[in-house]
Amino acid sequence: MTHRKALPGIWRRFPERYRLEGNKCKNCGEHFFPPRIICPNCRRDGKLEGHEMSKEGEIYSYTIIRSAPVGFEDQTPYVLAIIELKEGTKVTAQITDVDPEEMEIGMEVEEVLRKISEDGKKGKINYGYKFVPKS
Amino acid sequence: MSDILGYGAYIPKNRIKIRKIAKVWGKNPELIEQKLGLEEKAVPDQDEDTITIATQAARNAVKHADINPQKIGAIYTGSESHPYAVKPTSATVGEAIGATPEMTAADYEFACKAGTAGMQNCMALVESGKIDYGMAIGADTAQSKPGGALEYAAAAGGAAYIIGEKDGIAEIEDTYSFTTDTPDFWRRKEQPYPEHGGRFTGKPAYFRHVINATKGLLKKTNQELENFDHIVFHQPNTKFPTKAAKKLGIPKEKIEKGLIVRKVGNTYSGATLLGLASVLDDAEPGEKILVTSFGSGAGSDSFSIKVKKHANNPRPVKKFVERKKYVNYGEYTKLARKLKR
Ligand SMILES: [Zn+2]
Repeated sequence: MTHRKALPGIWRRFPERYRLEGNKCKNCGEHFFPPRIICPNCRRDGKLEGHEMSKEGEIYSYTIIRSAPVGFEDQTPYVLAIIELKEGTKVTAQITDVDPEEMEIGMEVEEVLRKISEDGKKGKINYGYKFVPKS
Repeated sequence: MSDILGYGAYIPKNRIKIRKIAKVWGKNPELIEQKLGLEEKAVPDQDEDTITIATQAARNAVKHADINPQKIGAIYTGSESHPYAVKPTSATVGEAIGATPEMTAADYEFACKAGTAGMQNCMALVESGKIDYGMAIGADTAQSKPGGALEYAAAAGGAAYIIGEKDGIAEIEDTYSFTTDTPDFWRRKEQPYPEHGGRFTGKPAYFRHVINATKGLLKKTNQELENFDHIVFHQPNTKFPTKAAKKLGIPKEKIEKGLIVRKVGNTYSGATLLGLASVLDDAEPGEKILVTSFGSGAGSDSFSIKVKKHANNPRPVKKFVERKKYVNYGEYTKLARKLKR
C-alpha cells in the first residue's frame, strides 16, 4: 500500500497545496514558495514566518503537454506554466479552464483549487492549486 | 436574529445545450426545451467536483464578507454528490479557506435542500451565541443516467453563505420547514445514478412541500406574499417554480430575478442558494425576499429575508452565468465519466 506510506508527507503539504502557504523572510523581505527551512540570502540571520501567497500573478512561461504521464492522459492537451506571483515568487502549476491556443506570456491568472489526481478508484483524491485566466 | 454577512457563487465554465442531449436520444429538441424551460446546463470539467465547487464558492463568500476566516466556527456543506462516501467535504473547504482548526464541520445530505438545512444550523449556532460566524454551502455535480429524464437538467454549481449576528447585507428574519417521507427521488448506496418517481415528483413532492413551507412561513411570521419583492423557489427546471408561483398567485416579475435555471440547469443543492444570490446581487435596501428550497424525500425550508445594504459582490452570479464554453455530448459523457472502460 504505497499510497498509505505517502500520506504523512502529502498531509503536511496541505497548507501549501490548498492555500498557497509559503513563507517570508522578515530580515530581507523575500518570499518563498514552496516554504523554505532557511533563508538562502540571510542564512542564520534570516527570520522566516508563514505567508499566504497572493492568489494572482502572470504567466512567465508555459508549455503545452500533448503526451502526458500516467494518470493525466485524459486531460491532454493541457497547459503547464510557470507563474510569477505578485510577490515575485515563481510557481509551477497547471492552467485550467483555458484553450491552449489562448495562452500567452504575461497573461494574468488567478489561483483555484482543483482536483489534481486520484489514487485509483478506492484511494484518496488529491486536491491542489491550479491557475485560470483572471476573470 | 441572523444576518448574511456575505455570499459567494461558483458555476463551472462548461455548458451543454439541452437540445444536443435531446437529439442524441431521438427526442424532439424544441419540445424538451419548451416543456422544461431549459436551454443549457453547466457541467463540471474533469478536475472539478463538489469539493472544488464548494471551495471556490466559499472563497468568494469570504472575500465578499471581508472577514477573518479564523472566526468561522462552523461549516456545513449540503450536497448529494460529496466526492467521498466517508470523509467530509466541509473539512477540505475549511482547510482551503483557512478556517481550520477551531471550528465544527459536517456534510449534509437532503437531495436538493441540504444547503438551506446548513443555513438553518448556522442561524441556530449564531443566535445562541455558540459561534461568531457560520458558513453554509450548497454545491453539487448532479448525476444522471444517460438518456434518462434527469439528464436534461442535472447540472453543477454552488453557493456559500456566511451567517453572523449583525452588520450584514441582509437579515434572515425567520425560517420555517415542512418535511414528510415522500418517495419521489432517491439513490441507493453504491448506485451511480438516482431514480425518480416520474410524475410523482410534481404534485405530492415539489408542489406540496414548496407551497406548504411558503404558506407556513407567512403564517408563522404574520406576513402576506404581497410583503415580498422577490420570491426564490428551488428550480429543477423553469416549469416547476413558475407553476408554484402561479398556484400561489405570485406575479411573474417577482420570481424572474431569482430564476437562473434556464441558463445553468438544476444545480441541485446549489440551485436555491444561487437563485437567492442572484437576487441579492441587485437588491435594494429595504427589499424583502422569500426563499423556499426543496429537497426530494422530501422537504422544504422557507426563509424571510430583509435586505439591509447593496451587496456590491465583486463576483455576481451573472458573471458565472455568462462565462462559458460549450461542449458536445461526446465531450460531456467523457467529462461526466459516463463512459465505461
Ligand atoms: Zn532573508
